[in-house]
Amino acid sequence: MYINIKYFGQIAELTQTKEENLEFSGIIVSELVETLYLKYSNLRTKNFQIAQNQELVSMETELTGNDIALLPPFAGG
Amino acid sequence: MSRYNRHIILSEIGQAGQDKISNAKVLVIGAGGLGCPILQYLTAAGVGSIGIVDFDSVNISNLQRQVLFGTSTLGKNKAEAAKQRLEDLNDEISIVAYPKKLTHCNAVDLFHKYDIIVDGTDNFETRYLVNDACIISNKPLVFGAIYKFEGQVSIFNYKNGPSYRCIFPHPPEKGSIPNCSEVGVLGVLPGIIGAMQANEVIKIILEFGNMLSGKLLCFNALTLQNSIIRISRSEKTIQSVLKNKETFHKKKIDSICEIEVAIVSFKDLLSKKNIQFIDIREIHELPKIESLEVTNIPLSQLENNLDKMDSEKNKAIFCQSGIRSKRAVEVLQKLSIENCFSLKEGASEIKTIITEHHKISSNAR
Repeated sequence: MYINIKYFGQIAELTQTKEENLEFSGIIVSELVETLYLKYSNLRTKNFQIAQNQELVSMETELTGNDIALLPPFAGG
Repeated sequence: MSRYNRHIILSEIGQAGQDKISNAKVLVIGAGGLGCPILQYLTAAGVGSIGIVDFDSVNISNLQRQVLFGTSTLGKNKAEAAKQRLEDLNDEISIVAYPKKLTHCNAVDLFHKYDIIVDGTDNFETRYLVNDACIISNKPLVFGAIYKFEGQVSIFNYKNGPSYRCIFPHPPEKGSIPNCSEVGVLGVLPGIIGAMQANEVIKIILEFGNMLSGKLLCFNALTLQNSIIRISRSEKTIQSVLKNKETFHKKKIDSICEIEVAIVSFKDLLSKKNIQFIDIREIHELPKIESLEVTNIPLSQLENNLDKMDSEKNKAIFCQSGIRSKRAVEVLQKLSIENCFSLKEGASEIKTIITEHHKISSNAR
């Protein structure tokens, strides 16, 4: 299936895009993250959480949606 | 005509609503980019009692976005300079400046004096301190954070809702995520995010509208895209903060930065290939797991046995309970060994899962 992935903050700087579509056949969220690690090796060093269809999910969650977001924490104020 | 006429003539607020605002007590942590607009709107709205915590002083580079200050307040403490400006804006309310650092020692006692806490801080150490102190003192927290052109807003710890730790359980490693002074920030951005935080404060006071509790709003000033991400409360995370309630005031701020470790369930790996299972228990520890191909590297010998790690494979590390395996991953990450994660289950649980899995597969045949 095709998955739309959105990147925020520092993650978008690393991927050099705010959004992309990926063809992916894995089953759980962590597999997708592993795939992204292969594509963007520096992503591994970044702190982020995953949202699927606008809901925060754990790495062990089954991939059910087409909409994924990588959310880093922001420090600034 | 009343100062608050434009509020009072709104049927949704009225005199009763304005009285609620006048009776509210709000503490704002940080009088910087976010703190300035938050304080400005809360003061203008007539929040009866406002506290401002900031140890820092006004610098010329702050004036690009910190709209309460001017050339006449350069070098002055921000909490005191903000109080001075805000008292001119509204002399009918009480404003207290706390020109000091928020610490584990003073946070909880201070929070008890207010109804709502607002996070306008600029570093993770203080953000986690504010979050945890809100959990301990049971106060709602209106959160805002910014990065260059993007911002996040949420309400935490409100009526049994999630906390910041329910999204990001641990602070990132020190220095891994820069703040505004290191990478810059669009001056208007904290104005927008801070105004959104003030808006959430007013909604909590008036108990109306759809609040951002259980939701994280992500805003991008360049694309004007707004995403609202649903988040749920992790009872385990909240309880782990409450567990340390008695010793909280003794905690040192620098000790809270830990490395993030990926934790995976063994069940999710059963069907996977390309995984090296590593048992980091000491050689004498039982049970042994015979039905799985396992590399034994005791934690005490980890750094001397890096050559046993298959660089082509993902490394699933386990121990007796999941604690030492987490520590092992931290050690490996520091040594830049990639693709390591800690298994949630300990050896006994893993053995049970394998046995059950075999039963199911042989029944299926």
